[in-house]
This record gives sequence, C-alpha cells and structure tokens, in this order.
Amino acid sequence: MHFELNEEQKEIKRAIKEFCEKEFTPELALELDEKEEFPMELYKKAAKLGFTSMRIPQEYDGQGYGLLEDCIVVEEMCRVDPGLGAAVSLGNLMIPDVLLKHGNEEQKKKYIPPLARGDTISAAAFSEPEHGSDITRMDTTAVKSGNEWVINGSKEFITNAPVADIFIVLCQTDPNATPSHRGQSIFLVEKGTPGLEATKLKRKMGIKPCITGSLALSDVKAPETSLVGELNKGFYYALELFDETRIAVAAQAVGMSQGAFERAFQYAKTRKQFGAPIIKFQGISFKLADMAIKIEAARMLTYKAAWLFDQGRLDPMATSMAKAFAGRVAMEVTDEAIQIYGGYGYLADYHVERFHRCAKITEIYEGTTEMQKLTIINRLMKTM
Amino acid sequence: MDIIVCVKHVPETAEAEIKIDATGKAIEKTGLVFDINEWDDYALEEAVRIKEKFGGTVTAITVGPEDADSTLRKCLARGADKAIRLTDTRFEDSDGYAIAKILQSTIKSLPFDLILTGALAGDDGYTMVGPILAELLGISHATMVKKIELDDGVAKVNRELEGGLEEMVEVKMPMVLTVQTGINEPRYVSIMGIRKAMQKEIKVLGLADIGLSENDVGEAGSWIKIEKMFVPSVEKQAEFLKGTPEEVSAKIAEILRARGLI
Ligand SMILES: Cc1cc2nc3c(=O)[nH]c(=O)nc-3n(C[C@H](O)[C@H](O)[C@H](O)COP(=O)(O)OP(=O)(O)OC[C@H]3O[C@@H](n4cnc5c(N)ncnc54)[C@H](O)[C@@H]3O)c2cc1C
Ligand SMILES: Cc1cc2nc3c(=O)[nH]c(=O)nc-3n(C[C@H](O)[C@H](O)[C@H](O)COP(=O)(O)OP(=O)(O)OC[C@H]3O[C@@H](n4cnc5c(N)ncnc54)[C@H](O)[C@@H]3O)c2cc1C
Repeated sequence: MHFELNEEQKEIKRAIKEFCEKEFTPELALELDEKEEFPMELYKKAAKLGFTSMRIPQEYDGQGYGLLEDCIVVEEMCRVDPGLGAAVSLGNLMIPDVLLKHGNEEQKKKYIPPLARGDTISAAAFSEPEHGSDITRMDTTAVKSGNEWVINGSKEFITNAPVADIFIVLCQTDPNATPSHRGQSIFLVEKGTPGLEATKLKRKMGIKPCITGSLALSDVKAPETSLVGELNKGFYYALELFDETRIAVAAQAVGMSQGAFERAFQYAKTRKQFGAPIIKFQGISFKLADMAIKIEAARMLTYKAAWLFDQGRLDPMATSMAKAFAGRVAMEVTDEAIQIYGGYGYLADYHVERFHRCAKITEIYEGTTEMQKLTIINRLMKTM
Repeated sequence: MDIIVCVKHVPETAEAEIKIDATGKAIEKTGLVFDINEWDDYALEEAVRIKEKFGGTVTAITVGPEDADSTLRKCLARGADKAIRLTDTRFEDSDGYAIAKILQSTIKSLPFDLILTGALAGDDGYTMVGPILAELLGISHATMVKKIELDDGVAKVNRELEGGLEEMVEVKMPMVLTVQTGINEPRYVSIMGIRKAMQKEIKVLGLADIGLSENDVGEAGSWIKIEKMFVPSVEKQAEFLKGTPEEVSAKIAEILRARGLI
C-alpha cells in the first residue's frame, strides 16, 4: 500500500494550485455565479497549460497522465472555486473518453486533439425529459435512411450544450430490441448541423458557470461515419463511460468540501464571540475535526477508485462508493461551513453558501446517489 | 547566450504566522510552505525569455537542502535546461558572502554570458549575493534591474531608483544582473513543462566537488553572524486629540508646523 502522491503528482498539484489561486478570483466566481456564463477565456488558458487534458494521450495532444492525476487537478480547481472548477473541469467531458475506447482512428484524430487543446467544447447527451436515471429506453431515435441516420428527439440537462462544438447523442436505433437497451447507439453530431438546437437552462441552484442546456433534434442528419463503435452497443458504452467519469465527479466533491472546510477553518480562528475565537469552543472545533475526517475518507475512496482505473482494473463498485460518499460529504461539509460562518455564511460575498449550492450537483449528475447504491448493492448481491 | 540563474528556496512568510525557534536566531520552519524566492521567479522568467529570443541555455543553480529540488524542478518546468543543487551540511549558516563563494566556485567552470539573480531574497533581504558574486568572478554588475536589452556584448539595463525614478546604464558582458520584481510576468508551470522537468536530472554537488575548504563556507567562511532574531515589540504612539473641531484642527496645524511639514 502506498498512500502518498509521488513527486510528479505533487508538482502537478502545486502547478494547478498556483494557477487556480491566481486565476479563479473571488470576483470572477461571484460574477459568473450571477451571470451564468461559461468562463471561455479561463477555460482556454487552463487548456493551453494542459490542465484540461490530463488523461488524454500525448499523441492526441493530451498530457498522457492517468485518472488519478486528473482527479488531483479537478479537486484543486473545485477547492478554489466550485462553480469555475466544475465548468473548467467539464469543458471536454466524455467525448475523448468514449472515442479513445470505441472510436475509429479517423474520429479520434478529428475530434480529440482540438478538445485536448481547448479549441473546442464537448457535450454528451444521454438524459431526456422522460429518462434520467433509467436510460434503458430512449425516446430519441435514429433511423437509417440511405447512407445516413436521421435523428429525432430531445435531450435534457446537457452540460455545455449551448457552447459545445461537438456532441455525442445516445439514440434508440432499434425500437423493437428486447430488452430495449440492446437497441441503442451513440452518434457524433457537430454544432451547426441543421435541426440541432440548444437552449440554455437558467437559474440552476449551483455550478452556474458550468452551463446546461436542452437539446432539440429534428431530422438531424448524421452520416454513417458518425456512429461511435458498433451499432446497438451505445448503452453499454454509456455505462462503462460513467464508471470512469464519475470518479472525476467524486474529485469535484472532494475539492468543494476541502475549499469550504479551509474557509471555515480560517474564519473560526479569527471570529471572536464570548471573548474567544470560536474555534476554542468544542462545538465548533469538533465540527471542524469531523469535516476533516470525512473529507480525508472521501478523498481516499476517490483516489482508490482512480488508481484502480489507472491499473486497468476499473471497479464500478469502487467508483460508486467514491461518488456516493464524496457527494454526501460535500453536502454535509459545506452545510457545516455555513453554520460556522453564522449569519455571514448566509451571504454570497462570504462564498461558503456557493460551495453548498454547487455541492448538490455531485449527488445528482452522472448518476444520482441512489443509482450508485444500486450499483453497490447489485455487486454485493453477486459476490457475497 | 548561456544564462545562469541563481535561485533560492525560501519559506513564504508574507501571510504566515511567524515564530522564532529555540535557538533565537532563526524562524520556526515547520508548517511553512517553501517556494522559489519571488525575485528569482522574475529572474528565471527573464532568462527563459532571453533564451527564447536569442537561443542558448538556461541553468538554474541553488545552494540548499534536498527540499530545494522542488524549486529547481519549477525552474526546469518553466524552461530552464539544466539544474544544479549545491548541498553540504557544512554550507549551513553561510551568509551572503559565503553563498556567493559557493556559487562562484561552481559557476566559474561553466560557460556563461549572463548571470541573473533576484535583487533580494524574501526571507533575509540582504541584497548582496549578486554583487559579491560579480566581484568574485571579476565581472560587471547592475542591481535592481527592471528592463534588459541585449545587443552584441553589451546590455542596456534599466535600474529602479527611489521615488519612481529609473536610470538606464550600459553594462558589458559577461555580467551579473540582480532582477527586481515586475520586470516581466512569470508564466505558469504547465503540465507539459512538468513532464519535461521530471525527465531532467538535477546535478548535486557538495563541498568536495567545488574545490572550497571547510573554512570558506558556513559560519567559518562568513562575515556576518546572526546574533538574535525577534519580533519587534508593538508600541502605541498614536496621540488622540480632543476638543471641538476648531480646537482639534488648530492643534493639528500646530503639530504640522512644529515639525516643519507645512
Ligand atoms: C446541472 C446538470 C448537468 C447535467 N449534465 C448532464 C449531461 O451533460 N448529460 C446528460 O446526459 N445528463 C446530464 N444531467 C442529467 C442527470 O444525469 C440526471 O438529472 C440524473 O441522471 C437524474 O435523472 P433525472 O433528473 O431524470 O431524475 P430521475 O431519474 O427522475 O430521479 C428522480 C429521483 O428518483 C430516484 N430514483 C430513480 N430511480 C430509482 C430507483 N430505481 N431506486 C431508487 N431511487 C430511484 C433518483 O435517484 C432521484 O432521487 C445533468 C443534470 C444536471 C442537473
Ligand atoms: C437573513 C438574516 C436575518 C437576520 N435578522 C436579524 C434581525 O432581524 N435582528 C438581529 O438582531 N439579527 C439578525 N440576524 C443575525 C443573526 O441573529 C446572527 O447571524 C446569529 O445570531 C449568529 O450570529 P453571527 O452571525 O454573528 O455568528 P457568530 O455568533 O459569530 O457565530 C459563528 C458560529 O460560532 C458559533 N458559536 C458562537 N459562540 C459559540 C459558543 N460559545 N460555543 C459554540 N459555538 C459558538 C455559532 O453557533 C456559529 O456557528 C439575521 C441574520 C441573517 C443571516
């Protein structure tokens, strides 16, 4: 067992820390939390330094590190600011991962390098208005017509949809398949394709700089070459993909927890009531100790899941444990941080309420906590 | 253009809580975060920019313990080509003069056209390593440099003076320049840079390798000895003026006049 980051990982942590502490300013964080705008300039800056392409191989202009190194970066971004952190860490979500596994060389060469460099933004459209946790049947269909596919349907809650250049869309390609998930496929659709329309969803609870949209697809034509991997394998690709990317969501949760904790800790040392800094009261100091314990436990689960993936031993149960636990810890820790700030914690200018609002998403997207528990219990039922 | 940059691994003390250690001659280092000295950060950036323009090499060199490798790696990640760490337990307690001797003994056998150091170090603030190093090497130097323009064996450099003044001087190469903050905007460490840095070796040299004797370094080889380090006691010198606004303003005018300020 080895519980320490190596020198290279420490250098990575130091570099991203320095970048975020200078660039993720509190002013920008507050401004974009209000405006609900994607921090494009910041994203490109981070991308040019390699921070957004950690686990993309070097041959596709990425950095060639593993998921663990990526988690270190994502965690640090979300520690400094949860909203900007979520936005920057999700700018090229999922498409490189799915193409690396199942794409052909042409697709990889065309789409991955610009995403790695930060020149383009990606979006992954699985959820639909009627299908969120359960994506075993999609209402969005792709029908073959000559040598192209025609896609119709709508997708909901799609991260980056309003700014993305390239989308993957999960479609029902065989409506008669039983079970229905055996008839699903993933297609690549480029921005500007006639019939593709994204609308921004406003007034989310948190991660406001990470913009979300609805996607309408009406008679969108996708050439045969836009099919990712094999026909009717889309559902399986999706599940496998989430087992990987969810680990990065756990890292977001750990970072958000750590950021709120550090702020609360500093505040408790300086805020005086009853003639003493409030950290002198066990009612406060024990809260802080509990927060530290939970964060460390969440971090260990997350790093372990990432490490397993990097070893080529992806373990869906480890992933789900990390995401479910880190998400809950993020909610609890950010809540306690507000409590420690007292009335000031309730004000946006003191930042911790934003951490709390942002933390909630980690219990929802890329599979709700309940779905993680299903994965865990299904695995336990099989193996115990 | 071969450039040598002298860098120091220092604790970040600006916002930390500082305590004096048991010896009474140094600060308590546990819990402090160490990083490249701020002035050296600018010197390194300037060196890399000069290299990018004229070609050549940048070598970062430090006198410090093994921990200082992180500062050297940062230099490598930001564009330095080579790194040297001078480490020996006998180097401890060296003053600026002894440090300059250690640096000189190594640098004299390296090819160089230009040596950059920070104008000062954020921890002890002596501002002397650069000028002493130049004297020991028998070459010219300029301090507090805010701008460097190189041209065929000479450099036009702007030096920062008090009161917002700058002077421009011409200095002959080879030379030592001590760099002031703000001369440029240091770049961030990139992931690509880290990967490169990790593949480079940090050369480590000790007393035996640099041809100095025990008496040249450490306390024995130093001119300055620290007697005591302390946090100055806080004194209250504010005087509160009482009275009506007219009385108070009359008193203020009186005080200012008495001190020759109006
Ligand atoms: C900000 C944001 C960004 C998002 N980004 C994307 C994206 O980029 N791409 C994408 O495809 N989707 C995205 N989503 C969608 C997200 O993945 C879904 O919201 C999530 O999977 C839950 O689906 P749902 O909202 O339809 O909830 P539902 O599935 O309707 O679930 C409602 C509740 O019921 C629970 N539940 C459902 N089934 C069970 C069960 N069998 N047992 C116990 N409990 C159950 C759920 O856990 C939840 O608590 C995003 C969502 C948000 C809010
Ligand atoms: C929206 C809003 C409306 C408000 N309206 C009013 C109003 O109309 N009138 C009014 O007078 N006030 C009002 N307040 C102020 C509110 O009553 C205070 O915020 C609250 O009493 C806490 O005080 P504080 O914010 O100064 O926190 P602090 O007293 O600084 O407390 C900070 C933290 O330390 C803890 N703490 C403090 N002392 C101890 C101790 N001895 N042991 C253990 N823990 C301790 C607290 O529980 C808290 O977790 C309002 C606040 C808000 C946010």
